Amino acid sequence: MRAYLVRRIGYMVLAWWILSVLIFIVIQLPPGDYLSTRLAALRAEGLTLNESEIENLRIYYGLDRTPVEQYVNWITRFIRGDMGRSFGSYGGGSRRTVLSILQEVVPPTILVTSISLTFTYLIAVPIGIYSATHQYSIGDYAFTAVGFIGLATPNFMIALMLMYFLFLVFGVSPGGLFSPEYLLAPWSLAKLWDMINHLWVPVAVVASAGTAGLIRVMRGVLLDELGKQYVITARAKGVPERKLLFKYPVRMALNPIISTVGWTLPAIVSGSAITAIVLNIPMTGAVLLVALRVQDMHLAGSILMVEAALTIFGTLLSDVLLVVVDPRIRQERTAV
Amino acid sequence: MGVSADTEVAGEQVNIREFTDEERHFTAGQWTLMWRKMRRHRLGMFSLCLLGIAYFFALTYDFWIPYKETSDHGFLNSPPSRIHFWDSEGNFQGPFVYGIKSELDPVEFKRVYEDDLSTINKIVFFQRGEPYKFWGLWEMDLHFFGVEDGKVFLFGTDRLGRDMFSRVLAGARISLSIGLIGVLLSFVLGVVIGSVSGYIGGTSDILIQRFIEVVISIPSIPLWMAIGAAIPPFWTPIQRYFAITVVLSVIGWAGLARVVRGKILELREHDYVMAAKVAGAGHMRLIFDHMIPGFMSYLIVSLTLTVPNMILAETSLSFLGLGIREPSVSWGSLMQDAQNVRSIALYPWMLIPGLFVIVVVLLFNFMGDGLRDAADPYT
Repeated sequence: MRAYLVRRIGYMVLAWWILSVLIFIVIQLPPGDYLSTRLAALRAEGLTLNESEIENLRIYYGLDRTPVEQYVNWITRFIRGDMGRSFGSYGGGSRRTVLSILQEVVPPTILVTSISLTFTYLIAVPIGIYSATHQYSIGDYAFTAVGFIGLATPNFMIALMLMYFLFLVFGVSPGGLFSPEYLLAPWSLAKLWDMINHLWVPVAVVASAGTAGLIRVMRGVLLDELGKQYVITARAKGVPERKLLFKYPVRMALNPIISTVGWTLPAIVSGSAITAIVLNIPMTGAVLLVALRVQDMHLAGSILMVEAALTIFGTLLSDVLLVVVDPRIRQERTAV
Repeated sequence: MGVSADTEVAGEQVNIREFTDEERHFTAGQWTLMWRKMRRHRLGMFSLCLLGIAYFFALTYDFWIPYKETSDHGFLNSPPSRIHFWDSEGNFQGPFVYGIKSELDPVEFKRVYEDDLSTINKIVFFQRGEPYKFWGLWEMDLHFFGVEDGKVFLFGTDRLGRDMFSRVLAGARISLSIGLIGVLLSFVLGVVIGSVSGYIGGTSDILIQRFIEVVISIPSIPLWMAIGAAIPPFWTPIQRYFAITVVLSVIGWAGLARVVRGKILELREHDYVMAAKVAGAGHMRLIFDHMIPGFMSYLIVSLTLTVPNMILAETSLSFLGLGIREPSVSWGSLMQDAQNVRSIALYPWMLIPGLFVIVVVLLFNFMGDGLRDAADPYT
């Protein structure tokens, strides 16, 4: 198990490194660099610099070096937690450090995505089991229909329609993560309750996207399992139906579900990005959009790096979980 | 069955027996069998037909829309016009819309539009109206429908007073084609990379597989957002359109490359491939003439199921303002004005393009399901 874990972590670091190169290329794509954007802003404020001052600044920011050197510089500083300053695209125009912004927006992101992921499974697995055991019943058709529509509706539309519905029924628009009066208040039970009241909206929207696909996988695999010989044998031997279902076929069907967490998680992080923007929640996706709009590339790059790290780490967790759950995989993987 | 028929060949009477159903089944090609099986899948066929109609409308949209998608009609955010058949006195008039009265709400400072019951604007078909260039080639001014006087806005108007119905139909052209072209690019990338990985194997296989795993683990929307934002704002609409398709296929190819690799690995061991190899077929010929046709049907199924994802992705990107931009229109960019509850509460018809997205994505999924069932014709 330990060797397996070490290998997985090594692979995780490698994946993150490849992604860091991709992200570095992407944030270098827009024309102009950090300094020229900043200088343009300064010029607009009336400050003009002469050639040698600009040249000194270029050297100070390492912009005179080769792209490879710039990348190495960027990644080592990132790992040390020195991610530079934002251009003030987030947080009312002040040039805060990227790190302080991340400290503010990453916790809600982790909170919402992990709760959404949990809910996705809590909803999808029972419905999948129901649909497979009641194949072609009205319930099965209803869930399939809802699932298909959920799969076909863009996340932001679900968010908008849910908000519109809440607006019509309760006359409130549930944006953000807190009511205004709790926004700056210290943590208390009342604030926690307020947050839960806000939290369920983004969770419902994000979870709705992943649920539909998982229901179909769960239903399909379980249907395959239910038709197998061992189920018939067990039934012939008189094993009670409930025990028969949960002891073997469901466990088998859960396997592909768990092993695809690695794909579900990126989808959920993706979905939460757009949901955060529409619902106006201070999560990484929303900040990323503002940063991208004004080409605040330090901030945008760091957010992408953190999102990539979160996803890869989540995938690692799911792999370990799979090994714990399935003894066959445990043997196969730890033996190597 | 065995119906016999007499046919005259070169002046000689030859008795040719027709094939029985069973014989026809065994002699039919893979595609014929797939098509036969597909035709039995009712939902799949229904979706296929509707999608065909949708693409037909998207291709010829200039003719079907009453106005140019960019013309300003002076009625800002006007609600959809209702089509009536009987006037207020109960007389049958044929399809018509009432004239539009605009008033200023003294409290909200917002224009309110109401039906003007005194004017009746009949809807006429094949009407001559605003001139346009059909496919950019022919000058035309014939529109499928319109009104003689006044205006008809089937889906209302946007904040600049442009007819939403015309814009939705015009947006179909980009929204429907971007998925297909994006999939085509993914297809090329996926087949090339996947076959290299599966055919050559060894270290390159391991490297490519690891790389694919990394690509699949990227949260796609944030990455698309970043690349979309990197497209220079001064690019022309056409350059932008192709840039977006490239952005979409950056991730789409990975899943496909996996399918290709798996199938190539499997087929490599087959006797017929070995025979071709012994007969002296080169690598390229082996892969493209012998192996890929062997699982083309699977590829088409997974391509069909990728198209809706691409359409959804384009919609989201354009909705955020990072995809298609003015003056081009797509279903996502049409919904940009509906960013918050206030605008939806006031102008719910702004979400109409979204309904089109949902329907088209559903149809693609249903068709993909039908194709998946039909893809294995020998079962």
